[in-house]
Amino acid sequence: MAVKDYLRQRFFPQIWCPGCGHGIVMANMIRAIERLRLKKDEIVVVSGIGCSSRMPGYLDFHTLHTLHGRALAFATGAKMSHPKLTVIVPMGDGDALAIGGNHFIHAARRNMDLTAIIMNNSIYGMTGGQSSPMTPFGKKATTATSGTIDHAFDFVGLARGAGASFVARTTTYHAKEMIKIIAKAIKHKGFAVVEVMSQCPTYYGRKNKLGSAVDMMKRFKEGTALIGSKKKAKHPDLIERGIFVDEERPEYSTSYLELIERLGNSTTY
Amino acid sequence: MRADVRFMQGNEAIVEGALYAGLHFYAGYPITPSTEITEILSERLPGTGGKFIQMEDEIASMCAIIGASLTGFKVMTATSGPGFSLMQEAIGYAVMTEVPSVVVNVQRGGPGTGLPTSVAQGDVMQARWGTHGDHSIIGLTASSVQDAFLMTVEAFNLAETFRTPVILLFDELVGHMREKVVIPQPGEIEVVERLRTSVPQGTNYHPYLVREDGRLPISDFGGVHRYNVTGLVHDMWGFPSSDPKVAYDLIHHLVDKLEHRADTIAHYKEYFTEDAEVLLISYGSSARSALHMVEDRRKRGVKVGLLELQSLWPFPGETVRKKCEGRSHVLVVEMNMGQIYQEVKKAVSKPEKVFLANRFDGVFISPADILRLLNVIQGKGV
Amino acid sequence: MNTKRIVFSGSGGQGVITAAIILAEAAVIYEGLNAVQTQSYGPEARGGATKADVVISEEPIHYPKVIHPHILVCLTQKAYNNFSGIIHPGGLLLTDSHYVKQERKVDARRVELGMYRAVMDKIGKPIAFNICMLGAMTRLTGLVRAESIMEVLETKIPVDFLEINKRALEIGLQLAETHQ
Repeated sequence: MAVKDYLRQRFFPQIWCPGCGHGIVMANMIRAIERLRLKKDEIVVVSGIGCSSRMPGYLDFHTLHTLHGRALAFATGAKMSHPKLTVIVPMGDGDALAIGGNHFIHAARRNMDLTAIIMNNSIYGMTGGQSSPMTPFGKKATTATSGTIDHAFDFVGLARGAGASFVARTTTYHAKEMIKIIAKAIKHKGFAVVEVMSQCPTYYGRKNKLGSAVDMMKRFKEGTALIGSKKKAKHPDLIERGIFVDEERPEYSTSYLELIERLGNSTTY
Repeated sequence: MRADVRFMQGNEAIVEGALYAGLHFYAGYPITPSTEITEILSERLPGTGGKFIQMEDEIASMCAIIGASLTGFKVMTATSGPGFSLMQEAIGYAVMTEVPSVVVNVQRGGPGTGLPTSVAQGDVMQARWGTHGDHSIIGLTASSVQDAFLMTVEAFNLAETFRTPVILLFDELVGHMREKVVIPQPGEIEVVERLRTSVPQGTNYHPYLVREDGRLPISDFGGVHRYNVTGLVHDMWGFPSSDPKVAYDLIHHLVDKLEHRADTIAHYKEYFTEDAEVLLISYGSSARSALHMVEDRRKRGVKVGLLELQSLWPFPGETVRKKCEGRSHVLVVEMNMGQIYQEVKKAVSKPEKVFLANRFDGVFISPADILRLLNVIQGKGV
Repeated sequence: MNTKRIVFSGSGGQGVITAAIILAEAAVIYEGLNAVQTQSYGPEARGGATKADVVISEEPIHYPKVIHPHILVCLTQKAYNNFSGIIHPGGLLLTDSHYVKQERKVDARRVELGMYRAVMDKIGKPIAFNICMLGAMTRLTGLVRAESIMEVLETKIPVDFLEINKRALEIGLQLAETHQ
């Protein structure tokens, strides 16, 4: 099937600004799903609030557009009550790590089989360019006009420390790598998080004089390097891409089904 | 058939009622005085093939049950005051997306952390208006352990029928009190199952196209109809819309489906009301003290009666108006500063005849407390 | 049977609430009576005292709390000091002689029994002290039959502790018998 066969074209055009990275993520997520040959009826896509969270509406799966920061909590309920479903959770950096930070670390700790795709554009786009927990120190936003004095999260360290059993990072520039990583993340049995560095030329780019969308994507190319690559060894300041964590650990809904099994069916009603 | 007579706590009866009604998924977070519900379900649910999860907070608990409900199962969460405050945003989401769900609030003293172990009924208005925006909601209560069971079953039935969150507004006394309960046999009381769409695969299913009778047949996530659910104002496809006509119709539908049926779906009990000159109106554990006082006065020939409300929301205003007609006085008995008292005053034709007997200091209101007020309004002095 | 209101008071860990639940359950399940059991936290249970209320009646019970008990059991001096004044005139005040010295005059039948001592002497552990008290109280009042209490114990107490509890109940029954 083509990418468009997974879209609800009735609801186009989509709301994203020209040059936004989120469309690239959506297309590559679809390609990953196609590569895994998953059935549309078995996929639930759950999102919160923000630019990236508008994605599910355009997708021909079971789609749930929820509350700001709470997507993982809704997804937890859906997955646990119906473990056969493949549950994918596209989120923004503010959605996942500020208002949803508590749900994020607990979802990672539980290791329920959810795939969180965090589109990190370092800014709150939908509300007009405020700083987020992923805005780098010193960068500008409408709530940090002289540059933020907040420190950004170390995303990989946070996810790993909280117990995520699959942690990866890629960018909108690295399309083929993104498909491969998202496919692996979905296949992974446990809580998988993928950070996709995504460009917001409208707010983050403009506020910080980073140029066009193309310029911003070039920065992703130049400013990142594969884990363990020669490029990284030569330039230690580059942001690493690739799979940081890929471990097998008991998966929550499976452990629960085993508990039900152990107790036997002693239903009274 | 031998009656299944048991002796248990209100919180245990809520669990029994939920299981009787077919609860499959429960998410919760411990908080006094509702914790027993969470503890007991953690033990009971896996044994019935159901699912229990302790979430990181009450926000997550409410969100998780909505996610689970959409996959086709009956769901519940339970909490108390502060946790109920945290759930409000997600309760509004369930209202907007019309997801069947049951929320138990075993009330305690507030505001803030308040009086965690004390009895109170101060969340009546929060149950009605806690979440933002125009909406309607169902709120039920009970004054005995038996009724806590029955109202819990009813909460699931109404949640499924009207696709709405239903608030079970119990209080600490009913939650912790132990007394006799007769557990009905399976099939003895009605259990409403979810109304699913008959639209076949391959035919357009409109998840939010309201049927003529006001109902919305559902398709489960994981089924053959793939559709969108959003907390934004949405069209019949479940897709966000800012069309004023779409918004107008949706808000009207959400409010009317319950408010137009306020009196037909209302549950209430009457004691000595036929010839009562003074009518007491009460609910929850307060109604027990009210009834004690009424029976005591009747023995002395005083014509008092009691209307015990079990449905608080939507408020059965027409029923209350009729029941108050021709009484010399109406005395509302509750453990807050007059939350239902104000509703009664709005409903009746002579609001100046409505009085309030209340406590809000964490102490269970006694028959003597109520009698003092009765004496005052009957001109007998304090 | 007229409505009987009972208050059990003591300190945490003495099994006061458990005793109240067992009594009420025995009345409901094995005697066909109505019973309501509540407990107080906070201001009503002043100074860490535990207080459990039981109302037993042939009639439906509405007000579930006890203001003036017909039967008051106090298992600590503090509980006695706090609650002895609330007893219904002509009621029964039962205390344990190891824990409580009855110092005040109250308009009630006052019974002091060495329940704690007897349990320690014959069982060696204070774990079933509350059941011994329940035995003594039921014999003194005839509220419910001892067999009914026994039936509840069999459904509630883990098998390993059942024998100890049955003995404690017997000890209580005998203490009350001797007293009468």
